[in-house]
Amino acid sequence: MIIMIAVMSALAPPSGVKAYDTPGDGGSSITIEWQLSPDDEDVDGYEIHRSTDNVTFEKVGFVGKGIAQTEDKTKDIERYFYRIAAVRDTARAYSPSHGPFSSSAQWFSTTMWNVLIGFIVSSFFIIFYIYRARKGRSLFIRKIAGLSAVDDAVGRATEMGKPILYSLGLGQIDAIATIASLNIVGEVAKKCAEFETKFLCPTFDPVVYTVSREIVKQSYSTVGKPDRYDPNSVFYLAASSMAYASGICGIMTRERPATNFWIGSFGAESLILAETGAAMGAIQIAGTDNVTQLPFFITACDYTLIGEELYAASAYISKEPLLLGAIKGEDFIKVIIVGLLLVGSVIGLVTKFQILSLFK
Amino acid sequence: MKKKIPLALVFIAGVSGLVAAFVPHPIVKAGDEIMRNDVLRIIQSFAFILALSSLVSVHTSKIRTRRHKWPYSIVLLASFLITSVIGLGGGVSGKGILPTQIGNFNFNIQTIYQNVIIALSTSMFALLAFYMASASYRAFRIRSFEATLLLSAAFIVMLGVLPIGDAISHHLPAFAQWILDVPNAAGQRGIAFGIALGGLATALKIVLGIERSWLGGGGA
Repeated sequence: MIIMIAVMSALAPPSGVKAYDTPGDGGSSITIEWQLSPDDEDVDGYEIHRSTDNVTFEKVGFVGKGIAQTEDKTKDIERYFYRIAAVRDTARAYSPSHGPFSSSAQWFSTTMWNVLIGFIVSSFFIIFYIYRARKGRSLFIRKIAGLSAVDDAVGRATEMGKPILYSLGLGQIDAIATIASLNIVGEVAKKCAEFETKFLCPTFDPVVYTVSREIVKQSYSTVGKPDRYDPNSVFYLAASSMAYASGICGIMTRERPATNFWIGSFGAESLILAETGAAMGAIQIAGTDNVTQLPFFITACDYTLIGEELYAASAYISKEPLLLGAIKGEDFIKVIIVGLLLVGSVIGLVTKFQILSLFK
Repeated sequence: MKKKIPLALVFIAGVSGLVAAFVPHPIVKAGDEIMRNDVLRIIQSFAFILALSSLVSVHTSKIRTRRHKWPYSIVLLASFLITSVIGLGGGVSGKGILPTQIGNFNFNIQTIYQNVIIALSTSMFALLAFYMASASYRAFRIRSFEATLLLSAAFIVMLGVLPIGDAISHHLPAFAQWILDVPNAAGQRGIAFGIALGGLATALKIVLGIERSWLGGGGA
């Protein structure tokens, strides 16, 4: 009877333990894999035991049943031995120890191969079309209504004798939408300088304020009117989103700008700004890469730059061939992506090949 | 030289950021962390001084020239001065050299922030509901196909997530979820593709010095 109970309660240990330096990481990690115990259904889980001398082991981790892999945090200079124990209550069934294993820092993240390939291919086409533009090939760019309206918007403000309000949004200097907006603000400021229209640019972030002030100042110099530059035209307003929104609403009600530009990264305040601007009767041109704010801008503004149109704006307004070349490159990559999506959809529907595994 | 140095700095910063995305080695990551955290914070601190001087300059000029509604500038400058003195002298939690408590009346910077700034921000945020109603009315008045589609989709989704939607039809919640999961997600992903490519192209143009609008001197 005792022998029968002992046989019934005996646990089979996990087998096939192997460990290796976790690939594509910055070191300090070893991945351990094993084959589940034949009694996996009955165990509580698995303990990971580690030793530096293969004699004295310490428990360094625990995973639940059905799991056959884990990562252990290590020191890169140490060499480690591992064994796995199947656990049920107080019973332990140990696998043989394996090792030594050590971790080290890698110079390339192997999980980023697909990103690297995508980056190289995309960059190639963008640079290729820029090169073609440099050679003087004419490039057709479809009309973007919001950007075509910039001249009219500045002209309207000039005729009405009212200012133009330009908001760079709430993004910091590392936000790509803010950088795109900084590219546009210079072009708009040049037009304001040419037409001698008052330009107002309240900013949210101190670094963005400093950069945009220099851009606007330089724009006035570029068109030969440095004396028309007002140092108070680009100014810091607030670093809180709602304070910024209420500040701009105040400016709109006091100054009554003829044209508002909302270009950059915006949050919940987008609707407050755009609705107040619409109530003031201003022409409004908005652009953001924040998808959740786009419906508000589309509803309340006259023109909205959606997604990549925001990034194309600088090239479109300046008409620089090299910049237009980059837009052509983007469009070509989009064609490739659409083609890949169609091919991938067909492969996913028709065959058993796990196409999505290529992107993991 | 005036343009070459900024362009060279942008190239170095851009390439180092790109390398850090693909190289997990601690040496590279540490350098990237220094750039992102330490260097950016130092720049931010100095830029903040310039930004505050702009704030004071704009409003002082407004008061001096008695521009339209200039008394608001006095309120702003007074608020700025008072909170600066309390914040700098009283410390974040009122443990600085300046006393920030009179009897039970506490006016340290944290209390001011919680009782004034948060309350004002919340009030402003609450106005969003009215702005949404106004925007919906505007969309309704436009009477274009797109506006009608936008409103119809919004109406169905709103009904679908409410108990009344299920009471009207058992299919309505599932249809609302389908709108969110299929046409909405497809549209958003399409825009996301464009944004990703546009961002990449913008970054490349700036790092390679093709886009120079940020220098104020024109495109390429």
